[in-house]
Amino acid sequence: MPGAVVPTVRIQAEDFDVAAEIDKMTQGRADIGAVVTFSGLCRDEAGRLAALELEHYPGMAEAEIGRIAAEAVHRWPLQGLTAIHRHGRIAPGQNIVLVVAASAHRQAAFEAANFLMDYLKSRAPFWKKEHHSDGSQGGWVDAKEADDEAASRWKQAVPKRN
Amino acid sequence: MSTRLIYFAWVRERIGKSQEDVELPTGVETVADLLRWLKSRGEEYEHALQYPDVIRVAIDQEHVEHREKISGAREIALFPPMTGG
Repeated sequence: MPGAVVPTVRIQAEDFDVAAEIDKMTQGRADIGAVVTFSGLCRDEAGRLAALELEHYPGMAEAEIGRIAAEAVHRWPLQGLTAIHRHGRIAPGQNIVLVVAASAHRQAAFEAANFLMDYLKSRAPFWKKEHHSDGSQGGWVDAKEADDEAASRWKQAVPKRN
Repeated sequence: MSTRLIYFAWVRERIGKSQEDVELPTGVETVADLLRWLKSRGEEYEHALQYPDVIRVAIDQEHVEHREKISGAREIALFPPMTGG
């Protein structure tokens, strides 16, 4: 039933298990036809990066991702939606963010996961600081204009469901 | 009534503190007024808020535009554009 899905949003320092999150969403159900997951990982930038430090705004991070997730549930006929974002020091190769979207058909799940990531990148209060592997002082990662553009394309692209 | 200001990322580093409680002077009615007033409070604020247009602001944990009125705000956060995900 549309609107009955309550998104799961978690902000945590510890890692997540992608398979376990899919299991939690699909266990005991036979109506889900599609599960899309997106994982964002820390890159080493060709060996330059020792780690990323993710600062966040406690309280608002949960609230803002919750607002974006509620919008996704409103727009697409989803059967489940989970968003997990880590904070603290994250080494190259480790997970940063996870989105899991479940629906009867793949299109809604793909689009909802994509929408959630686009909005999360430009609106969720997280900031990345680089730590360099040669010990030199790293800086704050600059926001990309492309991320804002990616989010704004959803303003016209998708008609709202009733 | 005092208002809690919270700073993140390089805004926090440049101002040199993560939060403070301030009494807003009369005449500071919008977010833009607040940024202008803060900028005049010392060189660390001047450094952090040198380009006010890039500063993002949240009132009581919701994003707002710079023209937004701040009366009644309990918590106002100032931060750079976000880079999560």
